[in-house]
Amino acid sequence: MSGPVIELVDVSKVYSLPSGDVVALDNVSLVIEEGDFVAIMGPSGSGKSTLLNQIGSLDVPTSGDLYVTGRNIREMDDDELTDLRRDEIGYIFQKFNLIPLLTAYENVEYPYLLKHKKTDRTGRVTSLLKEVGIDESRMYHTPNELSGGQQQRVAIARALVNEPGILLCDEPTGNLDTKTSRQIMEMLAHLNSGGMTVIMVTHDPNIADYARRTITISDGRIV
Amino acid sequence: MIFDDIFFVLSVRNVRLHFLRSVLAAVGIIIGVVAIASMGIMGTNLTVAVTEELSSSGNVIMVTPAGGGGGDFGDHSQSATSDNVITDRQVKDIEKVSGTNAVIPLHSTADQIEVGSKQGWVTIYGLDTDDMRVQLNVEEGKFISGTSGALIGPLLAEDYELKTGSRIKIGDDEDGRKTIRVVGVLEERGMSMEMYTDSAIVVSENWYTDQYGGENEYDQVNVIVENLDKIEEIKEGIDRKLNKGRDDEVNVIDSGSILEMITNTLSTITVFVSGIAGISLLVAAVSIFNVMMMSVTERIKEIGILRSIGTRKAWVRRMFIYEAFILGFVGSALGGLLSLAGGYVLVLMMVQDTQYFFSFQSLINIPYAMGIGIIICVVSGVYPAWKASNLDPIEALANE
Repeated sequence: MSGPVIELVDVSKVYSLPSGDVVALDNVSLVIEEGDFVAIMGPSGSGKSTLLNQIGSLDVPTSGDLYVTGRNIREMDDDELTDLRRDEIGYIFQKFNLIPLLTAYENVEYPYLLKHKKTDRTGRVTSLLKEVGIDESRMYHTPNELSGGQQQRVAIARALVNEPGILLCDEPTGNLDTKTSRQIMEMLAHLNSGGMTVIMVTHDPNIADYARRTITISDGRIV
Repeated sequence: MIFDDIFFVLSVRNVRLHFLRSVLAAVGIIIGVVAIASMGIMGTNLTVAVTEELSSSGNVIMVTPAGGGGGDFGDHSQSATSDNVITDRQVKDIEKVSGTNAVIPLHSTADQIEVGSKQGWVTIYGLDTDDMRVQLNVEEGKFISGTSGALIGPLLAEDYELKTGSRIKIGDDEDGRKTIRVVGVLEERGMSMEMYTDSAIVVSENWYTDQYGGENEYDQVNVIVENLDKIEEIKEGIDRKLNKGRDDEVNVIDSGSILEMITNTLSTITVFVSGIAGISLLVAAVSIFNVMMMSVTERIKEIGILRSIGTRKAWVRRMFIYEAFILGFVGSALGGLLSLAGGYVLVLMMVQDTQYFFSFQSLINIPYAMGIGIIICVVSGVYPAWKASNLDPIEALANE
């Protein structure tokens, strides 16, 4: 490990609702080193997804500072945050969240196109899909023609296509059967062993066991 | 290249996915484009047809008495006062100002005619026989030589089945009838403002004044200007020379100005009618707006995904603008094609002359209407696109 890729300093996130303010994160401070594999656990509504969204720069803290690869996201504009998500962070969702209008291949190529402004001629998309277990006969199928496990594999390939340093996973096995869950987790562990920082939200202790360390969050605070 | 743009690809696929809805939205645009283009084509064809008819006499200055005169029904001699005729002295003044250009004084009135058992009213022009050769062309027969004989317009010849050698009785029982022999049938001149001879009888000045009086007192003077650039100068010269007093003695107008006025009026009517047709495009715009808002609502989650994996707001906007553009382009293209048929039928029905239909100025209405259709679609897509791009990524991702 060589220094923090994520650093939260007294980060709070407050949502203003008509019924009153809701404190989703309350003065959270956290350091995640490069190459770490962190599982964030906690009950529903504890703030773990909010924490992941902050780290993933999908949202900015109400107060405190959050550094991603050394840059304070509170000082970045929307386009800079978007580029950060595209270039530095891979996101894997519980419900896969593939783009329904694109094929598996196009879904993986999409972030590459955004970054490089051209189609992939290096064969990276194809080799990534093969690495995650999607063979050529499935690459040109749309998401609704793939099983849940296959969709999650495509989502992993998509998250990796721009060679991000950080992989964020929000309940990555939440919609998968046990066997497929194990295969997906082994894939994430393998990526982590290659040096990638993995931060994963889960409520399943068996899944959390794949992480090097576990953070538990309750009522917006790390406990 | 737009076709390689992933956002264009996404837009095309979304339109294809909701094909029926997209077609229905495009139908509004098709109708709007057909309406605007067809009205524009009809207006242009009408304007061109009228302009062609009238522009043959575009180099004529008409001088008429300020008090009226000309074309009076009944006894001409009784109405010939100094206020409503142009005197011989005034004609000489006009000649002075006009230089070498032809100055043609003429008498005109309306009278009853009888050919066989058929009766009717026609305009009768009285001109110097030499002047007739300057302003008129004979298609059949010959010009009048001497004082007797008449030239008749081609429509009159057709209506009364007249030909060279036919005889026409002019006048009524009360004032006496005179019979005159047709010596020639004139060429068709169409709608000319200074002298409409297609349904008229043209006689010599002497015959006219014998019948109606008014010697050396004219109803109108036409100045045929050789050089079109001089028209304004001569017009002003006549005005200065003849209208010296407090009240104008004559009206001086050139047929070009009247032509311009008529074409301007027709253009205004065309724009007005096209504007009414444009209302259908506004209705289409509401439909496109509705479809785009539906598209945004249906794709909230997709927008969240796109935003979460690195799609900038501007790119999301672009995707929805593309979608509106595709609807507009397809609708406008189909509308443009249908306008060819619709416009042709409309011109055939309303103008009854399709010879100008395929002219540039007629067909240019189609790309104009298509352009308006596309612009309206794109504008209708702006707000939905803006709304889509400003969705909160987290809320959008949570949407089911």
